[in-house]
Amino acid sequence: MSGSERTAPDQGATGALRILSAGPGVTIQDAGRHGLLRFGVTGAGPMDPLAFALANRVAQVPDGSAALEISMGGVELEAADAPVTVALAGGDFRVTLDGQAMPAAARLTLEPGARLAVKAGASGAWCYLAPAARIDIAPTLGSLSTHARSGIGGLNGRALAAGDVLPLADPRVLPGGAMELSAPALVRPGEVIRVLLGPQDDYFSPAEIAAFLAGPWTVSVRSDRMAYFLDGTPMTHAGGFNIVSDGIAHGAIQVPGEGYPVVLMGDRQPTGGYPKIANVIGADLGRIAQLRPGSVFRFAAVSLEEAVEARRAEAAAVADGWSLAPLVRTNLSSEFLLGCRLVDGWVDAFAEW
Amino acid sequence: MSGPNVSEEAAYAEPRFLNSGETALVVEFGRSVDPAISDRVLALDAALVARALPGVRESVPTYRSLMIHYDPLVIDRAALVAEVAAIAHAPRPAAGPVTRWILPCCYDPEYGEDVGEVARMTGLSEERVVSLHAGAVFRVYMYGFAPGFCYLGGLPPELSVSRRTRPRPPHPPNTTLIGGGLAIVTTFSMPTGWWLMGRTPERMFSPQRDPAFLVAVGDELKFEPVDRPTFLALDARAASGEIVARREVTP
Repeated sequence: MSGSERTAPDQGATGALRILSAGPGVTIQDAGRHGLLRFGVTGAGPMDPLAFALANRVAQVPDGSAALEISMGGVELEAADAPVTVALAGGDFRVTLDGQAMPAAARLTLEPGARLAVKAGASGAWCYLAPAARIDIAPTLGSLSTHARSGIGGLNGRALAAGDVLPLADPRVLPGGAMELSAPALVRPGEVIRVLLGPQDDYFSPAEIAAFLAGPWTVSVRSDRMAYFLDGTPMTHAGGFNIVSDGIAHGAIQVPGEGYPVVLMGDRQPTGGYPKIANVIGADLGRIAQLRPGSVFRFAAVSLEEAVEARRAEAAAVADGWSLAPLVRTNLSSEFLLGCRLVDGWVDAFAEW
Repeated sequence: MSGPNVSEEAAYAEPRFLNSGETALVVEFGRSVDPAISDRVLALDAALVARALPGVRESVPTYRSLMIHYDPLVIDRAALVAEVAAIAHAPRPAAGPVTRWILPCCYDPEYGEDVGEVARMTGLSEERVVSLHAGAVFRVYMYGFAPGFCYLGGLPPELSVSRRTRPRPPHPPNTTLIGGGLAIVTTFSMPTGWWLMGRTPERMFSPQRDPAFLVAVGDELKFEPVDRPTFLALDARAASGEIVARREVTP
């Protein structure tokens, strides 16, 4: 379905997205900062790579293009100067355009001055907004991904705030008007997170590994883009908990001395010194990222072959596992309409997030 | 269950291949901080970078292992392991020239706040602490923690003091620290459990400069004491993007 609707870009045209309000943790992310892990530079990039990739495909921009990563803090924005189409994909957020409820996964065109609000909804922790344009900000160390801890990337190395203006190069209006995105791969129950054991699973006894997998674990309110901290029954280490530092991959699960596992996410350090019992498989990075503080889940160990197969399936879902349908307002379910009447502000309970 | 059944000291005869998820392969040569292990890590890293295998995204050398980030849909693990094993078994090239960086460092109490405390802990004079630190040839083992933040081995054993029991408030960037037998030059202001020895005007990391990162893993590094006026003059030059460290290539 992709490609056939592409309109000729209006070369040289410019536009902008103006941030009207933003909760904490709304950042610009592209596919990540690659090649510099060896210099201590965090890769950053999207917390939910699947939703990010889908948003870019739906917006008909190149894979890995910079998009807005919207946290549960939510964002309100408008197009300035020129209309632009945007794609939304991620958690089940609450989306309104000029007060009118929209689906959480959608492609919408923002006319200048129209107010788009994307707020935490029924479930999920992250939502991606990909403009059908290039966010025209100079990359830092080859990437637009924001890494706030080291103050690089995005807009001035920080999260977005009210008043920020993101310049857009070649903003386009894609045909079809408001469209609802159907992508079954985005429906990801979070009760079970698949892992591949290692690289330091030999620091743990079989009983400790079994207890790790069974959990149950609860996502702590301390969690952020760097790491998800887990609450539960603390683990012990048969082989001690100090190792000589080695590399850390996205989704690595390290177990520090106090025994609570820590899942290292997009803003992780490139290296570290605690045993890593397992790694969340690539296809479940988004699944665990979308878990909110308080969510309860367990782990399941899979083989390398299963992890690779899941990755292949995810790539296929991005390529052709989605479709767009015109938004027919009379078809809205009562559940959807009820969702539209949720009061503003309740996400403040997660202000520490 | 006892700990893993591997030597804590020496390099392994054969590297271990470990998974960190399906997109990262850890090639482990040992478990300790040891120049011989580091040599093998860096040799593999250089050979792998030179091969530029499709599907290999980047590699990250650490003290005792190389993490290879790869796309298993382009190169599967078995193929990658076979490539790495072939490289790891190839005779290593004779040691080539080594790059040595001479970093100016001001040890005055204003910057080397903890020189006195280190002297007290070690029973050495402050002058001896400074001369040991400035006399050492450090090796860049790995980066980590933050951009440009590299870990240096080669601290004289006399200066091997434990880290603080409680972190101290943030120090300025470009501070040289010691702790737990290692040394660091910091690139960001942050709380630390390490001890402040002095400050260099050089920037190990400067995102707008080319090169953004001053030193490479495997390089050597020495500190050269300078007085405060010299430090301030060099600091002003470094602030405008100039590299004020000296680079020497030793045969």
